[in-house]
Amino acid sequence: MSWLYAHRYLLARRAVVAGMFVLFWLGANAHLGVLTGNLSSSRVLRTVPLSDPFAVLQILATGRSLAATVLVGALIVLVFYAAVGGRVFCGWVCPVGIVGDGASWIRRRFAIRGQFRVARSARFWILALALPVSAVTGVAAFEWLSPIGIVQRELIQGPGLGLVLTVSALVLVDVFVVREGWCGSLCPLGAFYSLLGRLALVRVAFDPKRCDHCGDCAKVCPEPHVIDFNAMAQKGFIESGDCLNCARCLEVCPRDAYQFSLRSNAGAANDLGEGDPHATQSTA
Amino acid sequence: MALRRRDFLTAAFRPRELALACTGAVAWTHAVDEAKAAPFSLRPPHAREEPDLLASCIKCGQCVEACPFDTLHLAKVGDEAAIGVPRFDARQEPCHMCEDVPCAASCPTDALEKNLAIEEAQMGLAVLIDQETCLAFQGLRCEVCYRACPMLGKAIRLEFEPQERTGKHAFFLPVVDSDQCTGCGMCEHACILEEAAIRVLPRDLAKGKLGEHYRFGWKEEARISRDFTAPDRAPEIPEWEDSMERVLEQMDDLTGIEEP
Repeated sequence: MSWLYAHRYLLARRAVVAGMFVLFWLGANAHLGVLTGNLSSSRVLRTVPLSDPFAVLQILATGRSLAATVLVGALIVLVFYAAVGGRVFCGWVCPVGIVGDGASWIRRRFAIRGQFRVARSARFWILALALPVSAVTGVAAFEWLSPIGIVQRELIQGPGLGLVLTVSALVLVDVFVVREGWCGSLCPLGAFYSLLGRLALVRVAFDPKRCDHCGDCAKVCPEPHVIDFNAMAQKGFIESGDCLNCARCLEVCPRDAYQFSLRSNAGAANDLGEGDPHATQSTA
Repeated sequence: MALRRRDFLTAAFRPRELALACTGAVAWTHAVDEAKAAPFSLRPPHAREEPDLLASCIKCGQCVEACPFDTLHLAKVGDEAAIGVPRFDARQEPCHMCEDVPCAASCPTDALEKNLAIEEAQMGLAVLIDQETCLAFQGLRCEVCYRACPMLGKAIRLEFEPQERTGKHAFFLPVVDSDQCTGCGMCEHACILEEAAIRVLPRDLAKGKLGEHYRFGWKEEARISRDFTAPDRAPEIPEWEDSMERVLEQMDDLTGIEEP
């Protein structure tokens, strides 16, 4: 029971990914119309469109106009992740995130030290290049090589060589070459959602009075640089758009210094801690 | 550690980062171009021209889901086809030409055009590619492709030719009409040979193209209403002196020289 409680968000995140892919799989293979398509573009109950806004941007960069359906779908997804946190996609939806977490686990379990370092900003360069490369090649450049695309298509339509090759390549890179190499340094879709995450309403709030600086949170965090104790103490929450809202920190913290909160409440909570009377009124 | 906008923008003007970015962009462009250079595939009905399809398909597989048959598949790694884009193999499962074209209707990006009649589809073109094995060309009565064609008697018709070997039978030769054929692949799927003698090819592979300047006399004759048949009497040829005089007059008009 306590183990379940200690991993409640982890289990919930795995359940979300698994649930979505079961629905996608049933959509494709049993014509169950709850969720049809895949993460690139889909329909909920055969009506509400959802689409990957980064894929849509790349298609627009090739100079093609797009149907309203896919544009509306991208807008819905943009608004959703702007509210709950951009990289919630990475932590709660993307199947490759599980592969990355698995590789990180192997690294920790066998104490494998980092061989190469690739700056975490590399993904933003790749993001910036995706649009001109799409314009030059005339196709959505990332979508043509995306391991996320290969993995999700083969999960839904039936596994093949691509799934095996992609997953083993990602694991080998993440374990032996670069720590959190794909999700942390290279993936332009993650970078896109990081930028969107700067607006996020839902954030992980941090209470500096509870924290005893044990550092357990930084050990499990897939983006450890977002745990900046000074900045968090000042703001009252994890501000960086790179945060996945995965809640691993929240689960491992022995003193419950972290909890989910709205951006506005998290800031106000700390003001309250410092005894600002105006903040008390505004939250009341 | 966290990305700051200013760091990112100033880095863009440092030679090392700039060189890395350019190298990356070139390598990426090359990789995508290689991936695009896959051989042609048969596409779902009303797919846009190949370059537009490759650009605007978002690889979501909703057309595959909408297809009530096991026809469409998204190309996978190892398929030697543009990855993630829908295609079909007519020999395995042809297009059944659904009246309401559900695959095209489901496309969220309009990479497949909506609200077009299925008879207008141009997925490919059936070509009787091997006369040496086609049973009809051996003088046998097969006609399976002709019967399987959903545009019976229009997209494939039978032409009869005398069979000289027996001297008393006829060849029943299947002939494809490229204006009518939708490329659904029913003929290729039905062909009873071990390897089909009739196959659906992408239209650009199957069709020749005349030069713009080319004219066939008999077709021009049909197009132009004027009567080209020879008149009964010989045409009037002006006398030599008459015409010479006229030419001289015209020259005078042009030069303005008066005759003395």
